[in-house]
Amino acid sequence: MRKILYALSLLLLAGNSHAALNVFACEPEWAALAQQLAGDRASIYTATGALQDPHRVEARPSLIARARRADLVICTGAELETAWLPVVLRESGNGEVQPGRSGYFEAAQYVTMLEVPARLDRAEGDVHAAGNPHIQTDARNFLPIAEALGQRMIQLDPGNAAFYRQRLDAFGQQWRAALAKWEQRAVPLRNVPVVVQHKGFPYLSNWLGLKEVAALEPKPGMEPSAAHLAQVLETLKRQPAKMVLRAAYQNARPSEWMAQRADINAVTLPYTVGGTPQATDLYALFDDTIRRLLDGLK
Amino acid sequence: MSRKIFLGAAIAALSIHPLNASAASDADLQAIREQIQQLKQSYEQRIAQLEQRLQQAEVSGKRAESSAAQAQAAAQQASRPAASGEDAFNPAISLILGGTYGQLRQDPAIPPTGFAMAAHMPPDQGLGLGESELAISANIDPHFRGTATMALDPAGGVSVENAYIEGLALGNGLNFKAGRFFSGLGYLNEQHAHAWDFVDQPLVYRALWGNQLGEDGLQLRWLAPTETFVEIGGELVRGRGFPGTDRAKNGAGAGMLFAHVGDDIGIEHSWQAGASLHQTRRVDAQSDAVPDLLGTAGGVSNLFSGDSRTAGLDFVWKYAPNGNVKESYFKLQGEYFRRRESGMLTYDIAAANVTDSYAVTQSGWYLQGVYQFMPHWRAGLRYDRLDPGVAAVGALNAGNVIGNYAFNPVRTSLMVDYSPSEFSRLRLQMARDQSRQGLTDNQLFLQYVMSLGAHGAHSY
Repeated sequence: MRKILYALSLLLLAGNSHAALNVFACEPEWAALAQQLAGDRASIYTATGALQDPHRVEARPSLIARARRADLVICTGAELETAWLPVVLRESGNGEVQPGRSGYFEAAQYVTMLEVPARLDRAEGDVHAAGNPHIQTDARNFLPIAEALGQRMIQLDPGNAAFYRQRLDAFGQQWRAALAKWEQRAVPLRNVPVVVQHKGFPYLSNWLGLKEVAALEPKPGMEPSAAHLAQVLETLKRQPAKMVLRAAYQNARPSEWMAQRADINAVTLPYTVGGTPQATDLYALFDDTIRRLLDGLK
Repeated sequence: MSRKIFLGAAIAALSIHPLNASAASDADLQAIREQIQQLKQSYEQRIAQLEQRLQQAEVSGKRAESSAAQAQAAAQQASRPAASGEDAFNPAISLILGGTYGQLRQDPAIPPTGFAMAAHMPPDQGLGLGESELAISANIDPHFRGTATMALDPAGGVSVENAYIEGLALGNGLNFKAGRFFSGLGYLNEQHAHAWDFVDQPLVYRALWGNQLGEDGLQLRWLAPTETFVEIGGELVRGRGFPGTDRAKNGAGAGMLFAHVGDDIGIEHSWQAGASLHQTRRVDAQSDAVPDLLGTAGGVSNLFSGDSRTAGLDFVWKYAPNGNVKESYFKLQGEYFRRRESGMLTYDIAAANVTDSYAVTQSGWYLQGVYQFMPHWRAGLRYDRLDPGVAAVGALNAGNVIGNYAFNPVRTSLMVDYSPSEFSRLRLQMARDQSRQGLTDNQLFLQYVMSLGAHGAHSY
């Protein structure tokens, strides 16, 4: 219930309807970033909650109505929202936020993508041609994205250019300081072997040096089967891991099953802003992520 | 930088110059002090300027870092293999493969009681190729998008299910379609067969819309700039789909108006409700095998010409714990349609050939719930009911045409489906069909629906 209330309050973040910039954020992390960069100059609507699987959202009437009024749509891209966003944008009748227009911003275009598949085949499960879209788990990615997003806001709302510039510089400074702090704190995580439930953490692992030894999903996006779980358990006997990671929106059962059998810690990561009660903003998101990972070492 | 040094030197030169002019006096000393003060200020200014520049350089250095990262990302994009010239602009192609097995106890060709003059779309009996269709879509240019869906008929032919263009950049909440499309009326009508929750359409869609109303013409929709979803739309079409009677004439053969409102309640609930109006003029609409009061074996063939007006209401409500539809959700939907037809009916065109007035109001509704109780697994229950109405039959035909059937066709369907992935679905459906008086039919269906290639987003 508390989670629900929390997600609700996130959705209601945007109250001010007279703000200069109407922002439609596909995921909570981009809403939080827009909030950092635009402050009260933007009215921000978050299309998905932290406990929703961002691959599988429905093109609900409310989303279409919000996209209709948006000046700026901020999404991850890399096909993460392909099951719902194209319909929402087309039905919105809003020419300014269509892909290719300045009102449409894809974060994945500004970072180095990982796990770009060499073979595009649905037999490989839910693979994305542009690479793994879960870029928000590496805090470093927020710097280039913030820079590009800030520029985009200046382009769309030039009257407030100085304001955005100043917020962007302030964010950059604070974020760098926070990065140094996080990386310092995460030193014990380097080379720690982990199991992941969904292949949703390559960026986090790449950043903090975690070693993914197995995934509970046999193929990306497919539910863990009993046979596959047994196989992973077998792998873990030869190659022990410290913990099993899952995102807050995912079903707890597979990772708990594995944690019990393999006698390792099951760690739930917020994954995005609002995923845990502690992850209240972008800074708290990574504070909490690293704290939970460190707790998982114990 | 050199300009600043020059400026500093000039100030210094200026300040030294008076010293040469005369010997030191109190006034001179005062002047010197002032000049030194000026010098000090000027240097302080310059130091402040230098500090500021240093800071700026630091910031831009950091920007350079992040733009280097951007450049890296761009380089990565550039290094991806580019599609070769000719197929670079290939549209999205998706193929739906479907197959059904239907086990029926009664002859599917017999229409629901009282609806012999409506459309009849019987379910397939035995093993059959169900809905297989090929869809192609792409943006045409910055202004238009095109979509075509070809249905592959089990008998071997190909029919054009959809072929339309859409506006991309009308703005102001406006959308238009032109070509052949599924009408925007109701909730289910626009959904393609592969997205249906049951093997077949509700009885009311089968009887009043020939399963699904597809039309040729124009559609215009407008989305209001409100936080609540409010959409109104209209269509001017040829009237090729039932109940229209396809014929060559100037102007439009049928018209539609519809409106939808919808919203979320928290993140777990969402809903949409709508109303639709449809109007067409039917000309020489022939129905065969219509039962009559005389009990003619095999029924008779009638012709009807007149006005057909239909009004409908639809709603859907969806609930998903935490809004996460991947885990589980519940969907409740219902629709009601009521059609008034009035005009002239010619009874038994092959023999008696008697024409007189005829008017009837027919209606139907369904209510269905679908529950995804765990990932990949869903169960659904649907109840259908039709009301054939009581017809006002002109005096000449009062002894020929059945005006009152005194029977309401009903059907209850239960389905379970399993979707190994987003792209495949296997379904089992059982139905108790009491839509034909005295002919209760227990039906069993097995179905697979698979999609390969590009798979576009589904609407709500």
